[in-house]
Amino acid sequence: MELAIWIQFMIGIPLLGFLISLVIPEQKEKLLSRVAFYTAGINLGSVLVFLVFWAGIGFQALNLKEFVLFKTDHFEFLVDFFFDRVGAVYVVVGAVLTFLITFYSRYYLHRESGYKRFFNTVLFFYLGFNITVLAGNFETLFVGWEILGLSSFLLVAFYRQNLLPTRNSIKVFSIYRIGDVGLILAMWASHHLWHENITFLKLSNAELVSEHLAGHTGIGMFIALMLLLAAAAKSAQFPFSSWLPRAMEGPTPSSAIFYGSLSVHLGVFLLLRTFPFWENQLTVRILIGMMGLMTAIVSTMIARVQTSVKTQIGYASLTQIGIMFIEVAAGLEVLALIHFMGNAFLRTYQLLVSPSVVAYLIREQFYGFEPKAKKTESSWMNRLRISFYVWSLKEWNLDRFINKLVFNPLKRLGHKLDFLTYRSVLYYFIPSYLLGFYLLVSGYRIPDAVHGVLPAGFAFIALLMVLKSFTERRSARLAWTMLLMNHFWMVLAIAENENFSSLEIGTYLSGVVVFGLSGLLIISWMKSHLGQSGLFEYQGNVKSYPVLAFLFLLSVLGLMGFPISPTFIGVDLLFSHIHEDQVLLAFFAALAFVMEGIAAVRIFARLFLGAKPKLDGKNQSGLPETPSSLLSVKSSSFQS
Amino acid sequence: MKHHSERQAFGVEEIVHELKHFLPAQAPLKDFVHHNTLHAFQHLPFFQALKQAHSQFGYKGFLSLDTYRQLYREGKIKGEILQQVLKEHFGILANHWLVKLMDESVQSHEDAKVGRFRSHWRNDYHFNLDKITHPFLFRLLSAYLDQGISIWSFPVEAKGFLNAIRLIQQESFSSILKTERAKGLLAKSDLGLEELLEILVGKPEAYGWYLFDQQFAHPGWSGMVSVLESQPGSLLDSKMITLEDLIKVECLLEIDALDQKFGESWSPLGVRFHYDTKELFETSLFEELDLVLQCWQEAFEWSYYDEVLAGISAVNQPEAKPQVPSFQALFCIDDRECSTRRHLEFIDPQCATYGTPGFFNVEFFFQPEFGKFHTKSCPAPVTPKYLIKEKADHKKLAKDAHFHQNSHSLVRGWLSAQTLGFWSALKLVGNVLRPSSSALEVSSFKHMDPKGTLTIEYQGLEEDGLQVGFKIEEMADRVEGLLRSIGLLEKFSPLVYLIGHGASSINNTHYAGYDCGACCGRPGSVNARVAAHMGNHPEVRKVLESRGIFIPETTQFLGGLHDTTKDEIEFYDVEVLSPENLRLHQENQYKFSKTLDINSLERSRRFDTLKKNRPLSGLHEAVKKRAFSLFEPRPEYNHATNSLCIVSRKSTIKGLFFDRRAFLNSYDYRKDTQGKALAKILGAAAPVCGGINLEYYFSRMDPDKLGAGTKLPHNVMGLIGVANGADGDLRTGLPYQMVEIHDPIRLMMIVEQHPELVLEVLQSNPATYEWVKNHWVHFVVIDPVSREFLRFKDEGFVPYSPKAKTEHLDHLQDKLLSTKENLPVYVIDSL
Repeated sequence: MELAIWIQFMIGIPLLGFLISLVIPEQKEKLLSRVAFYTAGINLGSVLVFLVFWAGIGFQALNLKEFVLFKTDHFEFLVDFFFDRVGAVYVVVGAVLTFLITFYSRYYLHRESGYKRFFNTVLFFYLGFNITVLAGNFETLFVGWEILGLSSFLLVAFYRQNLLPTRNSIKVFSIYRIGDVGLILAMWASHHLWHENITFLKLSNAELVSEHLAGHTGIGMFIALMLLLAAAAKSAQFPFSSWLPRAMEGPTPSSAIFYGSLSVHLGVFLLLRTFPFWENQLTVRILIGMMGLMTAIVSTMIARVQTSVKTQIGYASLTQIGIMFIEVAAGLEVLALIHFMGNAFLRTYQLLVSPSVVAYLIREQFYGFEPKAKKTESSWMNRLRISFYVWSLKEWNLDRFINKLVFNPLKRLGHKLDFLTYRSVLYYFIPSYLLGFYLLVSGYRIPDAVHGVLPAGFAFIALLMVLKSFTERRSARLAWTMLLMNHFWMVLAIAENENFSSLEIGTYLSGVVVFGLSGLLIISWMKSHLGQSGLFEYQGNVKSYPVLAFLFLLSVLGLMGFPISPTFIGVDLLFSHIHEDQVLLAFFAALAFVMEGIAAVRIFARLFLGAKPKLDGKNQSGLPETPSSLLSVKSSSFQS
Repeated sequence: MKHHSERQAFGVEEIVHELKHFLPAQAPLKDFVHHNTLHAFQHLPFFQALKQAHSQFGYKGFLSLDTYRQLYREGKIKGEILQQVLKEHFGILANHWLVKLMDESVQSHEDAKVGRFRSHWRNDYHFNLDKITHPFLFRLLSAYLDQGISIWSFPVEAKGFLNAIRLIQQESFSSILKTERAKGLLAKSDLGLEELLEILVGKPEAYGWYLFDQQFAHPGWSGMVSVLESQPGSLLDSKMITLEDLIKVECLLEIDALDQKFGESWSPLGVRFHYDTKELFETSLFEELDLVLQCWQEAFEWSYYDEVLAGISAVNQPEAKPQVPSFQALFCIDDRECSTRRHLEFIDPQCATYGTPGFFNVEFFFQPEFGKFHTKSCPAPVTPKYLIKEKADHKKLAKDAHFHQNSHSLVRGWLSAQTLGFWSALKLVGNVLRPSSSALEVSSFKHMDPKGTLTIEYQGLEEDGLQVGFKIEEMADRVEGLLRSIGLLEKFSPLVYLIGHGASSINNTHYAGYDCGACCGRPGSVNARVAAHMGNHPEVRKVLESRGIFIPETTQFLGGLHDTTKDEIEFYDVEVLSPENLRLHQENQYKFSKTLDINSLERSRRFDTLKKNRPLSGLHEAVKKRAFSLFEPRPEYNHATNSLCIVSRKSTIKGLFFDRRAFLNSYDYRKDTQGKALAKILGAAAPVCGGINLEYYFSRMDPDKLGAGTKLPHNVMGLIGVANGADGDLRTGLPYQMVEIHDPIRLMMIVEQHPELVLEVLQSNPATYEWVKNHWVHFVVIDPVSREFLRFKDEGFVPYSPKAKTEHLDHLQDKLLSTKENLPVYVIDSL
């Protein structure tokens, strides 16, 4: 048997476990936790056995070409797996921690409402984690990457009826999404660099890489920087650090496994994985090192002023991850791996025992308290000390920085379209779209000067649609429709650009149409039944309409190109039609993709999460209208 | 309660004073003590208070109508009791109301008053003020009050929070406030609250409403500040703070945020919207719905009480035993000892057990060896004048390097991760798969070193204004008080045990709430040991003799501690026993350990995740493990399900099975003809047991606002409180895991004594009487002569005859594991 086949188990077992956990009813606590426990346990066992065999062949890197998901003459979407030293460490640590956490949680979460949801999400996360660390190419990695993003969102918002978890989950998701841009653009650029779906196996061939990069230093640099962006967002590096403490909203074990250990180390993984690619780009290495150093310094200062246990551990972990970036940049792979393992275990443990800190530290204080000695220092030093303290307490304004730099300009752009209403959209944009579409299909020759700017122009309109949706508050329906329209404009933009075959268009739009319509249907239903249509507040309807919420979540995922919808491949496909020199078009497309996800999740969150719903009179009274049957019960019990 | 009737003048000072009265009064975690969550409304009759609290703050004091109806269908609310309640309220209209209770959808939905005014910022100014000010304010507060989580301590030393903020603003390159006006205000050394409110609100009559809205947007932090203002001693690393300072800082942050958003030209909130503080406190009218809910709640309560009273009337009063019991054991009145005593009496039918508040009538501060502080060891309201110091040779603190701050720094953290990290993997595997005792654990037995000595006798030393040890006379007073209150004045056995209690847990931020409430949230070991020493003191005995209590020389007192989580027991100073008593003690020890085995069996029925089909010893081991399993959020159920407080002789309730729901205080009406002992008992039991009961009641009824919600996402802030996640408000009340199995019913106090005397005793103490008069506890008297029950109603007593039939149980253990739900009251014949 070829050893590479075994990799399938490492994906298959979590997948199977996840699917089984989906169908187990909520009340069967024991069964649910067992499924999760055995999934992680069996996988751990299987990996350990595998490692023995792998040692037998001298730890040689393995590649498994799984299957081709989609193929046209110039494009191929290939699922591919890869196993090497880096993957091995991540898989093992992931399996050990997931195993422990599932065991832990089966008691810890006992009787908690959402028991099933918790284990579903943890298994989903575990699946995404394994796909990511075992991916053999960027496309496969991106599948796992997206699953991680979604499961993180769901776990941060585990207490979905509360405002802060919901708000913070969107924040986490948004930053992750910024990272996704990096990955998408890196994929786009690498298509053009390699003219194929490059596997990580090939990427580790130094000669091949330097040969290809020889004439393309610019694009090589671009890819490396985009990878760095993806890695930095996922690992909460400077300046993205502020999401990490805010992610600690779920039950302690989930915070421990996600934000203490596994999830937050995946940026390091991405860098380790793509190391051969940027190994010879000194600028990139320096940049990574600088970013790591910056993160380490800033977050160690922030950790020092934290007064809550979990955020302190979060920032302390971040400090170490910053150092790992430096280690990776310096090419110290083994050290980085050891550091990763140690840090992951340490922070998991510290988070799990964090409630004990009260009793422990109070006892220590009780027996060993020393009143602070008065410091004598020059007034200038004193000033500096106070300033650093306050800046650290404000987390160096990183949160505001990201908002100012990224989200506020986009919001302003979106607000420019505030005059739009549902109707005006129907009146203006659909006819104009149809016109563009007609011109395209009829093959009308537009003057070249105009034609040259059309793709970018259309893409910009698409982007505006998304931004409008992102800032829309009055009407959920409008916001959703704009998201739908975005895709259509984007297709038009690409079709103007290059020959976009109908099969490709079909692939892209089929998901959009199906999920877009289902979402629209749900919003309309809610409008007519609940009279809710605005997005001003978090409405928390998930409690009363859990199934509807789930269906809407699926629609959101489908619409934003999550790997359950053909649109996922479509997005990749779409990018393959953007030329190497059309940076603006690529930028618009990527930005639209990012904001689409954020806007869609925002609509979901506002409609379904974040509040205890105010019940109307009808639902409150409780009993269905069967007074007579009740009365008979009553009277009989009185007689007895 | 004068300030409630006259609320005409609302100066800023009065408002702040009122605020302190209404804010949650929960101390820092280490000093957690149960109290009535709605203490601010205690001057009102219970149901009126619920109504007022609901319309003012949106607090929920009832279950939902659906739930009551569900309970009725399940038979947990009994039909005949419901009818009885309705008849009492409505007479011939009872049936009319029955229909309402059953079917009608009466639901009024009114938003709480508090919060309405400030919501205009959001709704009409389109500005989410709290989103901007709260996180930073909480971080500043937490940094200022932090007790040892952060590595860099607060950078300035100043008197008070406002001064500290001012100092930072002056002395640093960074800036707390951004806009000029706010900065200018902060710089003023005589900054008055009115000045700030003038800018924010504009209208003096609305100031009060605004401040209530503002502070109740984060009741956790405000409540903590208000508690720290009045009890600064509850922080070991003391910090000076006042509620007024907090309000000023918050107002400054608000002005800063508003100026930043709108410039300085926005109009004050009170000018655009008219609110009058007086309306906030207006009495809310009782509506139909309130009456419906009240009837349901009363029916729910009496469905259980009725069973209890029926049980008491089913007890066969045994003939008074002439002989001396084999031994006597005094336990705490705690509901967790209710089953322990029952088991012990079945295992040794010749013994006698008593219940009394677990500080054994000795009040003092305790300072353990190497301890830098004192801890109070008596009920919270008492302020002792005595200090007991421990002397011990070897007392080492167990350490865990994972809590060391090294791991959070840059370079040392790097080393920690590479080394400690792998060690923590092993520890984690170890603790998850095979839980065992560790440094993280809070263990009741570690509170005091049993091998150490205590300075119990006064040697002429004073420390910090406290007298170290007690004088003979003072000792005698305390022993006498103890014995008289429980009526143990003759027939002393050779051994009299004084058994305190404590609890053990791990990963539990609310650990202090698990220990003895009468010892201020600490284990009762020191008190038990001190009281036993006093009782054994020959000089003390002489004084007692002169006061008419003759304790034979052969009698010896022995202190001990019962760990209610692990169900283990430890005895102190066994070496003082005479050889004869030592032999007896060894026999008794076996009885105690058997008792605890069965006790753990009884407790295990509530533990869902525990496998029951194993031998008794295995079961006990599994119960013990909960005390040090990191993943166990319910090491024990603490006071959950508590609902009774019985003040009587043991013979009155002999053999009754109360399912660990009763506080039992021993009291012999025949030996307290003046009611002096009763006054003392009620004075302590009403607020302590009633406080525990109501804290459970409200945490269960409204886990969001009055309880702490689920404990799973809790994040420890500054070692003083917990919040959800990183930016949330502090959570007050009890975590849902502690109260989930609790049936929210008020406490019923049952007292065995002549009703006239009881009424006299009650009315002589207004503080106690308020509890009873306003029905925050139910009150029933057992007339010792007629054996009739008399229920307190309208400032007097009316007879009550129970309706339920009480079942006889031959063998308790057959029934115990059949369900994890509450069990009815049984008369049992054997274990």
